[in-house]
Amino acid sequence: MEKNAEHTSHVHRDDEADKLGMWLFIFTELLLFGMLFLMYAVYRYRNPVAFQLGGEEIDVVIGVINTVILLISSATVAMSITAIQRGKKTQALLFLGTTLIIAVVFLVNKYFEWGTKIEYGFYPGGEALLELGHGTVLFFGLYYIMSGIHALHIIIGIGLFIYVFQQIRAEKIHKTDYVWLENTGLYWHLVDLIWIFLFPLFYLIH
Amino acid sequence: MSEEKHHISSYKSHLLVLLALLILTAASVAVTSVEMGAYNTLVAMLLAGAKATLVLLWFMHLRFDNKIYAIFTAFVIVLFLLVLFVTFFDYSYR
Repeated sequence: MEKNAEHTSHVHRDDEADKLGMWLFIFTELLLFGMLFLMYAVYRYRNPVAFQLGGEEIDVVIGVINTVILLISSATVAMSITAIQRGKKTQALLFLGTTLIIAVVFLVNKYFEWGTKIEYGFYPGGEALLELGHGTVLFFGLYYIMSGIHALHIIIGIGLFIYVFQQIRAEKIHKTDYVWLENTGLYWHLVDLIWIFLFPLFYLIH
Repeated sequence: MSEEKHHISSYKSHLLVLLALLILTAASVAVTSVEMGAYNTLVAMLLAGAKATLVLLWFMHLRFDNKIYAIFTAFVIVLFLLVLFVTFFDYSYR
């Protein structure tokens, strides 16, 4: 903490504490999703065949596309931090804007993915789903809850990106004060991290 | 200001990490069609774990930041694995 002492006298700001707070929040998020993954593991252990059948109904191509673009968006948000650290405002905005667009595209893909499922009756309480029995109902329940909560995080991420984008444009976030961008980046990487596990467990189930 | 002390990752390093992540993604898709029984899930989780490690260490900067973040993160992961282990210990011997 020795490096914070020098500027407490003029501006009250503690970037390290801000970041620590963000990490603590990330840990609660990891445990939230962790418990959902635990549920998935137990239900899959008890209904292996039903989970495999359920997995076959899920569109791998959309899953791969969303995985690839989400990974790219993680790199672009990291690059926007590099840009701001170097004092390159336009580049930072460009990278952040790219991340924002990708986040929206991810949701559009999700809309089509879910839309097709719902159209065929594969939604909680849907007729096609109920015919497949208890295990598959559990599989799709988890699919909608887990990728739904993940999508909610994407929506919150979009809100954060819009706010941070404006702050950079207004030069409120700049070379020497960018903890908002850094924490938004951390949040976005968390969203990516969760998807890294959701993708093989739902889309690549074997 | 204190920021001069911060490690600044280059664009190139971010792109290299991205490339590695995309290669691992391609590998996990490719390996799905190989029949390995129960090991398919294990391999898929190991590949996902490798990807998660890359994201944590480079994108989330754990490699360069104060070590306390990495220690906390490791603690949370171990806690989760312990809960998973205990749960399955329970389910397997009912």
